[in-house]
Amino acid sequence: MTGLAERLEGKRICIVAGSGGVGKTTASAALALGLAASGKRVAVVTIDPARRLADSLGLEQLGNEPREVDRALLQSHGVVLHDGGELWAMMLDPKATFDDLIARLAPDDRTREDVLGNRIYAQLSSAIAGSQEFTAVAKLYELDRDGGFDAIVLDTPPSRNALDFLDAPERISDFFDSKALKLFAVPTSIATRVMSRGTSVVFAILKRLTGVDLLDDVAVLFRSLGGLIDGFRDRAAAVKALLSDPATTFLIVTSPEREPVAEAIFFRGKLREAQLPFGGLIVNRATVLHEGERGDPVAVAAQLRDRLGDALAAKVAAGFEDLRLLAARDAESIERLKAELDEPDPIVVPRLDGEVQDIEGLLALHRHLTAG
Amino acid sequence: MTGKGGVGKTTVSAALGLVAARAGQRTIVAEVARRGDVASAFDRPDAEPFQETEIAPGLFHISIDPQDALEEYLRDQLPSGPVAEILIRSRVFGLIAAATPGMRELLTVGKLWELAQLDRRTPGADAYDLVVVDAPATGHGVALLSAPRTFAAAAAAGPVARQGAIIDTTLADPEQTAVVAVATAEELAVTETGALREALQASIGLTLQRVVANALEADRFSPQEAKLLKAHADHPAVARALRGHQRALRQRAQLARLRKLTDQAPARLSLHPGGPDIEGLADELEPQLDAAT
Repeated sequence: MTGLAERLEGKRICIVAGSGGVGKTTASAALALGLAASGKRVAVVTIDPARRLADSLGLEQLGNEPREVDRALLQSHGVVLHDGGELWAMMLDPKATFDDLIARLAPDDRTREDVLGNRIYAQLSSAIAGSQEFTAVAKLYELDRDGGFDAIVLDTPPSRNALDFLDAPERISDFFDSKALKLFAVPTSIATRVMSRGTSVVFAILKRLTGVDLLDDVAVLFRSLGGLIDGFRDRAAAVKALLSDPATTFLIVTSPEREPVAEAIFFRGKLREAQLPFGGLIVNRATVLHEGERGDPVAVAAQLRDRLGDALAAKVAAGFEDLRLLAARDAESIERLKAELDEPDPIVVPRLDGEVQDIEGLLALHRHLTAG
Repeated sequence: MTGKGGVGKTTVSAALGLVAARAGQRTIVAEVARRGDVASAFDRPDAEPFQETEIAPGLFHISIDPQDALEEYLRDQLPSGPVAEILIRSRVFGLIAAATPGMRELLTVGKLWELAQLDRRTPGADAYDLVVVDAPATGHGVALLSAPRTFAAAAAAGPVARQGAIIDTTLADPEQTAVVAVATAEELAVTETGALREALQASIGLTLQRVVANALEADRFSPQEAKLLKAHADHPAVARALRGHQRALRQRAQLARLRKLTDQAPARLSLHPGGPDIEGLADELEPQLDAAT
């Protein structure tokens, strides 16, 4: 088995993707901890950290800028960072990041105020489809450019739709290149003059459906955003380039359950289509039988009857049967993943006792991730 | 149906749909932002996911596609067909619709609302007695439910504002809409369920109708039995049994937290080691729902 350390050799950006609830956040944190221990200056960017995990790292006020995890705290848990090793963590606030980006790209104060103060923007900017995904990669780009990190681990948003994430830069730049935005970007009188008859009909109907107020607000927002077209287009292009940079890699995390497995296969296909680099597969929380656990439940019950009595031996055997079923299901999932992802050597992490929510848990997880 | 990612919302939604269908209710399970997981759970992966398809007697399935919902809405709203077609084909309109914040959520929730109407907008479609929504995970689920309210407030006048208000009235009416949380007996999932309860109340004024604790591992051993097992932990199956017992104890503690955070006893569904089995889950769910609904 190739450990994670070898797979990440020479990589500066590691994007951890997968279905919700498979352990992406803890895998990202464990990975970052390991990289820091090996002497790298690492930032882990998460969307929604588990409160207790953040607390256990001493990061009660995890914010939109990276904060360093106290070395002494890590040391007290037996984690020694090699020379130069630093662990930083931040929680992405999509709204703040988007606001920030607009403030930075706005050509002047007035445009900035117009956008940030717009009723539609203010009420709904957090609901823009794909905005979480875009801000995640936009932030990644900034950290990579300005942060001086050797490695950045991005725990991706809990999105079912991988496309939202991979297409985010494209969609944002499509939006800023759109005819609609450009129509609004010029003074209304000129826009009316150059509008085709079809387009005027479109606006007339929109007005009837949505009412004047909404349309005006949309118009004002679009017009103000028009001033940001060039900045956004450049940023989206840079972000897109970063995703396909040779120093970037995507790790896919899944549990052995059917839906996350389907999601992992789907995401791998999307990476292939977009020609983005796939760095490896982590199958988390798998039930794995050890040597000496291959016996069948009937034999187990027979072996234990004298020691435990019939009733208790039967219960233990029933539990053992469940275990075998789980292990068989998980083995089948792993075989399917190997074939479909074209990954002969996935990293299989057995189900650990208890949830990973402190440094000890991260260390245990890290040992499994790097077992070679 | 909402809850933390990975807790089994889709299978529990399908099981709930099956319970209702068995009781003679014409039921549809609607997936949001998915690609037909419910249909695959019924071994019908080939079913056309974006159309209403019968996957078991009296049980239908659809995945909501916002673009389809938009086209259907326009065809219904605009008096003349050609005008709707102009809009649907218009790149400008498509971009504005795609770029208008919250529009996808509104269209999705509008389609869900339409599925629940006795007089269906979809030509030739029959009414359902129950629409089970396999909604996105907690935070996104609440955003989806509150989209009509947000939109109605943003659009001051016109049909969109009016319809947003109507949809919101339906969603916020406990007689018509129930929010069910699915959780596993794990700390994070339980915590998120508590947060969901508060967010629902704050954003749309709904209470959490029912909580389902999913994928519960068998809790097999009494304290005395556990003690006896400890003396025989040299046997690998006994060692496994003890680890399972420890998990069961942690699970019990989380179930108690869940009960406290939500002020109700959750319905319980067991872990199916061979993979989720919708029929079996429906059998388990059925007797537990009668009391509450």
